[in-house]
Parts: sequence; structure tokens; C-alpha cells
Amino acid sequence: MNLVIIKYNAGNIESVNNALQRLGVTAEITGDHEKIKAADKVIFPGVGEASTTMAFLKQEGLDKLIPSLKQPVLGICLGLQLMCSHSEEGDTPCLGIFEEKVKRFQPEPGMEFVTKVPHMGWNTITKLKSGLFDSSLEDQFVYFVHSYYATVGEHTAAVGNYINPFSAALHKDNFYATQFHPEKSGTIGAKILENFIKL
Amino acid sequence: MLAKRIIPCLDIKDGQTVKGINFVNIKSVGDPVELGAMYAEQGADELVFLDITATHEGRKTFVDLVKRIARELNIPFTVGGGISEIKDAEALLSAGADKISINSSAVRNPKLIDDLALNFGTQFVVVAIDAKNYDGRWTVTVNGGRIPTDKELFSWAKEAEDRGAGEILFTSMDHDGTKAGFANAELSKMADMLKIPIIASGGAGNMDHFVDVFANGKADAGLAASIFHYKEIAIPDLKHYLSNKGIPIRL
Repeated sequence: MNLVIIKYNAGNIESVNNALQRLGVTAEITGDHEKIKAADKVIFPGVGEASTTMAFLKQEGLDKLIPSLKQPVLGICLGLQLMCSHSEEGDTPCLGIFEEKVKRFQPEPGMEFVTKVPHMGWNTITKLKSGLFDSSLEDQFVYFVHSYYATVGEHTAAVGNYINPFSAALHKDNFYATQFHPEKSGTIGAKILENFIKL
Repeated sequence: MLAKRIIPCLDIKDGQTVKGINFVNIKSVGDPVELGAMYAEQGADELVFLDITATHEGRKTFVDLVKRIARELNIPFTVGGGISEIKDAEALLSAGADKISINSSAVRNPKLIDDLALNFGTQFVVVAIDAKNYDGRWTVTVNGGRIPTDKELFSWAKEAEDRGAGEILFTSMDHDGTKAGFANAELSKMADMLKIPIIASGGAGNMDHFVDVFANGKADAGLAASIFHYKEIAIPDLKHYLSNKGIPIRL
């Protein structure tokens, strides 16, 4: 199988690659449009800031390429947020694959346990839908690090709950995305990546 | 619900785990990668690897080690020790570390926190603080607690947060090694002051100490070394115990 990780100015690309290698999959990390179009599967990872990353995607023409892809695409973390319509981070128009919007967590004073931003650590995912998940993954813990979240909407494929419910995963047609880091989520995360590879 | 985290800490010297670690089921007792993978399998939520190497050669070995850890480990990990400039952090980030921890170098040069947060994001920057109570004043110390500084614990923790720390790792030098429990009063005070997560370290001796540090110390994570390494507490037992006491835990 020909799996491509989109190379751009974001962190954690190697972490995703490492996780795939643990599953016995060799991926190519590239920004080359032809190679991305020709791949069987595409992963769009990301750790960083929305507006600078969108500016980079535009500069590379990836803002047009990514929404036009036909094969299964998996966005991770910032990747998920950039696949939405708009992010509050830097008031940034995003790729618009998902209509959901990206907002900043607003902690309410006096809430026990959940007043800290970023949302960092292991949290559960529920109401799972899409081929990324199976019933054994309902209510399992995965690893999150984020200050912004996608709202719950039509394309929500997993719900997370921190301060308020949010989209822990999204799915529409051939586009999949997780807010959490499957590459850092132990055996549960490995299962989710495996499910994506099998799509 | 967001789980409280259990974090074993491994001290590394010249690429090997130090302190007498007596596990039977791993091939090389000194290999941090094998030990880390075993803790991950047992349910550790994160790991911290601290480089205590003093030599240049040992440093290079550490960066190579971080690459191996990143390849093998499927949970997040923090690395610390000897990070005093951006390029040190950059080498560790590109080797695959999820977070870096800075301590004495941040005390000496607080702007380092701003620079690291700006370059790599706040989620990447853990500020470790070792403090000791001198006549009622919680004083920040450096060089493993040996040298007191002019900084006060709570104001320094707040400053670190304001400068862009993503987490605080607070070790009470008065509690460290005592096995009599964590510094819960100080931890709780810090938790009320800060908006970033706090990792508690120093003083863990039994499972109830972890219950206390989450319930009373309001810590987000509990870190320990020897009690895990010497198998005084097994991580699966600890996590079940905490869960039974109503603490949110990933099982």
C-alpha cells in the first residue's frame, strides 16, 4: 500500500511515521502534489498555529489539493481543525471540508478538574461512528493536546467532553479526522490507525 | 472525563538507566527503551527521561536514545536535563520528544521559557521547579536542590506560566525521598493560582499518597521514580486502586 504523509511546516510528522512503522507500514513524507494524488491513503498531521499553517498551505497550493483528494484522508489534531470551515485561532478561514467551526475552550470559573487550557492528557471518546472506529473503542481513552476544538455537528464521528462536548473525530465521504493523537494513544490509537489503513 | 496521569521518571546516564532497577522480565535492565516500553504496557500515561550525563559524548548518546524511544514508545514522553538553549530543544524535538523539561536553565535565564514557547508552542515546554521550605519561605533551588536561589516558589511558578510554560513539574525537596507523601498543601495552593496543569513529584511512598495528591493536592499528574523501579508499587495496581477511590484514571 502506498501511504503518504503530507509534509508541511508542522510538528509531529515523524511521530506519525514512527507509529505507522510500528504497524509495519512504510509511509512517504512528501509535499509533492503528484505523489499525494497518487497515494492510496493520505495522512494530514499537524501541531502548530492555524493562521501561519494555513498561509503555508496556500503558498504550497495544498489548500486546493487537499479538499480535492478522492482517496481516504486522515487529518490529525491541527489537521482536523484546518479541515473545518473556520478557526477562531487567528480568525482563520480553513479548508472547509467539514462545516464545523473551530473555537477556543472557555473554562468556567469554579469547575472542578476541568478549568485548564490546553486540554492535555487522556480522555474518553464516545458516540463513535465511521470506519475509523469499532464498538470495542467506545469509551476508551486517547491522548489529547489542544486549546481549540471543533464544534459538534453533522459530521461528528466521535464526541469528546472537556468543559463542553466537542468533536473528537469527524467524518465526511473520504475525509476522516481526529482531534486526539492516535500515534500517541497506546494500543487504542494503534487500532484506530490500523482501521484507517484498512479502509 | 480527563484522567489523572501517572508518570514514571527514568534517570539516564550515558544512554543507560541509572539507579538500581531490578526488573526480571526485561532483557537489559539498563536499557531505557525497554524499560519505557514496559511501563507503557503496564499503563503509564506518560514517561519522563532525565539526562544526568555531564559529558558531551553522553549528550550525543542521549539524542540518539531519544530517537530510539520515539520509534518504540506509543505514549507521550518528556525529556529533560542539560537544555539551556533553543538548539538543544530543537535537537530533542526533531529526535521525537513530545515535550522538554527545563529547570536550572530557566531560573538562570527566564526568557528561555518565552523563546521555547514561541518557537515550539507552549504544549512543548514543561518548567520543572525544585523548591525547599527555608523558615516558611518556599525557595526555588537549583543543582538538584543543593543551591537556593532568590526566587520564591509560587511567584516563580506564576511567572513561568505567564512566560509560556505549558505545565509545571513541582518537586518538593523537603518531601523527595521521604516516602511520606507529596507536598499537598503547596500543590493545592499552586493549582488554585495557575491555569496550566501541575505534575506533582517528591514523596510518594504508597498508593494512598497518590489518592491524596489528586484529591487534596489537586495535581493533574503524579510522578515518581524509585517506588516504580523497585516494584514497591505496580502501576496496574495503583491505577485500579485510584479508580476504586473515585479518581478519574485511564485503565
